[in-house]
Amino acid sequence: MHQLAQRVQNTFPVGFVSSNEWRGDISVTVTREKVHEVAQFLHDDPGMDFDYIVHVSSVDWPDDEERFEVVWEFYAIRKRQRIRLKTRVPESDCIVDSLTDIWKGADFMEREVYDMMGIRFRNHPDLRRILMPDDYTEGYPLRKDFPLRGKGWRDTFDFLDEVPR
Amino acid sequence: MGLIQLGRPDKDGSPDVITTTVEKAVNWARKGSLWPMTFGLACCAIEMIAAVSSRYDMDRYGAGVFRASPRQSDLMIVAGTVCRRMAPVIRKIYDQMPEPKYVIAMGSCATSGNIYDSYSVVQGVDRFVPVDIYVPGCPPTPEALFDGILKLQERIMQKRVFVKQPDQVKASLKV
Repeated sequence: MHQLAQRVQNTFPVGFVSSNEWRGDISVTVTREKVHEVAQFLHDDPGMDFDYIVHVSSVDWPDDEERFEVVWEFYAIRKRQRIRLKTRVPESDCIVDSLTDIWKGADFMEREVYDMMGIRFRNHPDLRRILMPDDYTEGYPLRKDFPLRGKGWRDTFDFLDEVPR
Repeated sequence: MGLIQLGRPDKDGSPDVITTTVEKAVNWARKGSLWPMTFGLACCAIEMIAAVSSRYDMDRYGAGVFRASPRQSDLMIVAGTVCRRMAPVIRKIYDQMPEPKYVIAMGSCATSGNIYDSYSVVQGVDRFVPVDIYVPGCPPTPEALFDGILKLQERIMQKRVFVKQPDQVKASLKV
């Protein structure tokens, strides 16, 4: 196990689930309850020093019991190291702690995850849709059970009725 | 233009009088001064920019001065993938253009949605604005865009200026 992942495991023996290293990419999976704590540790600890949030994304595993996986990627600019933090969220309770209080940059990326996958973020300052319009009602387009061509929105041009004849 | 040359040749041998119809003269003037509007949405816009720049020089066809305002332009070149969220904006800009106005759907995306058969991409800009010329390609080369411009000029020459025509395209679009 990589020493970064080892440190996370030693610091959080309860929340740690697994770790994986593949071609230099280190990823650490933790339980949902510990996400904020682990992220705070990754940000504040001088040995970690992950001061830059690269990306927030999500994965849909339709057959799994805990269906959604939220993925954060962090980068330490001074130490030039990367780490990937993952957690699992069940469909019935689609919520996870927001990391916007640690990294401001997580704001829009978490909104995108909310918009596309429907995962809500606790304590997010402004959790609205970001890519789709606010009044979009068809659901969350990147879920695997969402029809590829949508549910009719792309072909309804209601504004044509408002154009003066 | 279908000109008839009359009159006595002057000293150079060229005639000093031409006759034509007013309609043809008006159409000729219109086709030679197209004012396109900048409406680049995706990678097709790069080819559109190249077409205007010095190497290809779209100004040779009288369509080189791109305007940033729909009120100053009469040709909308929709260059790129049209997302559904962009659709009302395109329609609003089209409505703001003064008559006579023309639309070129540049590239496969604006024509048919291309490979993006997804929940958010409009399957052709002709679903909400009347399109005069479709330019295929992904993206079309500047030469292909020129071909579209020349075809549009041919089409402009065939328009009836002083006769009111039932606008079938608009009728089919419920507007």
